[in-house]
Amino acid sequence: MQTLTVERKIGKQSVLLEKDIMLLSSATVAGPKEGLGPLSADFDRICSDNIIKEKSFERAECHMLEEACYLALGKAKLTPEDIDLFIAGDLLNQVVTASFCARKLAIPFLGIYGACSTFAEGLSLGAMLIEGGFAKHILTGTSSHNCSAERQYRYPTEYGFQRPGYAQWTATGAGAVVLGSGGEGPRVESITTGKVVDTGIKDPLALGTAMAGAAADTIYNHFRDLDRNPSYYNIILTGDLGGVGKKLNEDILAAKGYDIQANYADCGVLLYYPHQKAGPGASGCASSALVFLGHFYRKMMAKELRKVLLVATGALHSPTTVLQQESIPCIAHAVSLEI
Amino acid sequence: MFGQLILNIYVSLGVPQQEAGNPTVATVIFIAASLTAAGVFDNIAQLAGAGIAVPVTGFANSVTSMAMEFRREGLVTGTGSKMFALAGSIIVFGVVTAFVVGLISALI
Repeated sequence: MQTLTVERKIGKQSVLLEKDIMLLSSATVAGPKEGLGPLSADFDRICSDNIIKEKSFERAECHMLEEACYLALGKAKLTPEDIDLFIAGDLLNQVVTASFCARKLAIPFLGIYGACSTFAEGLSLGAMLIEGGFAKHILTGTSSHNCSAERQYRYPTEYGFQRPGYAQWTATGAGAVVLGSGGEGPRVESITTGKVVDTGIKDPLALGTAMAGAAADTIYNHFRDLDRNPSYYNIILTGDLGGVGKKLNEDILAAKGYDIQANYADCGVLLYYPHQKAGPGASGCASSALVFLGHFYRKMMAKELRKVLLVATGALHSPTTVLQQESIPCIAHAVSLEI
Repeated sequence: MFGQLILNIYVSLGVPQQEAGNPTVATVIFIAASLTAAGVFDNIAQLAGAGIAVPVTGFANSVTSMAMEFRREGLVTGTGSKMFALAGSIIVFGVVTAFVVGLISALI
């Protein structure tokens, strides 16, 4: 019997991948509000309304994820039979969107939950499974829907409560990506899996503030583990901290000795125009998926950006824990992509 | 002020001043529920805040929005049971307060 050796792990939380594991294709399906935002030209499909002729918002969300998956498969010139594993997750209870989508795709399925960090979690799990030789092609995707998520986490869509200025807007949309070796596309170079960080925030509308601590922790450990500086990357992207959390993240990292301001952006901030009434920016699984797979994937393919660090952040609370006055634990996963 | 306007309309229509309150409240509830159904109530509430949330309009909105939201889960298990999920506590505390105040006034 072979003795177990951990060859790829580097530092405390990171892994360095050696095989050429690429994002072979990417696809995005955006909701109507996202389609009116500054990145509208980067999405593959923009839905004309929130329900797209389905019976419920949940079905509409599932429809979006299915469409993103089929689009990604089509772009990679693959069929569901060519895919070894489908890894997906979303925001709804019991990750129903991903499971219902997997029912249609009929690919061996692993459902994951990382709240809004799901996209990076799927990407890193997929890349590690291919690196380990357990799969050749992996499809990973995520989705969120403003109306279904608002109902589950907060109030019904038509309920008139006053949103405070720091409340983010759950993005509607879905993104999917085919991972595989060989071919063209950004390569997954290294991964830093985040720890759960709780800074004691209890307000479920102040998610950017709550998640900033987790983002800063993961970015800090990524730099430490791989002995890198912020300038190593063309851009460092956080998932959905919004304007408030972005500033806080910069401040925390500056206090730890890493100044990231020069090449730092947040997907949530980029998704909407200021006049779209989205508060400090987008949140939800779709935020990082839409902005990275729509906008930055294209930029990387055009070789305008060569090294990108994607740090998707997630708040791991539930409506029950919020009502029971628990604080909000958060997580962030970092994936370094190079082309 | 909006309520006063409707009250004045009812008075001018010949409803006695003391009884005009009831049809006024009913009208305001109807308007709030209609605005909720039309999908504009939440936009007004973002601007008006407590001005629209605290009066009976807020109550009407909470009931209507829940009824609409959970319609897909069935008439009984969805609309019927979820309708008062937000508004239920208003009723409970309203009744409790009325009971306590009634008790005090009966004792004095």
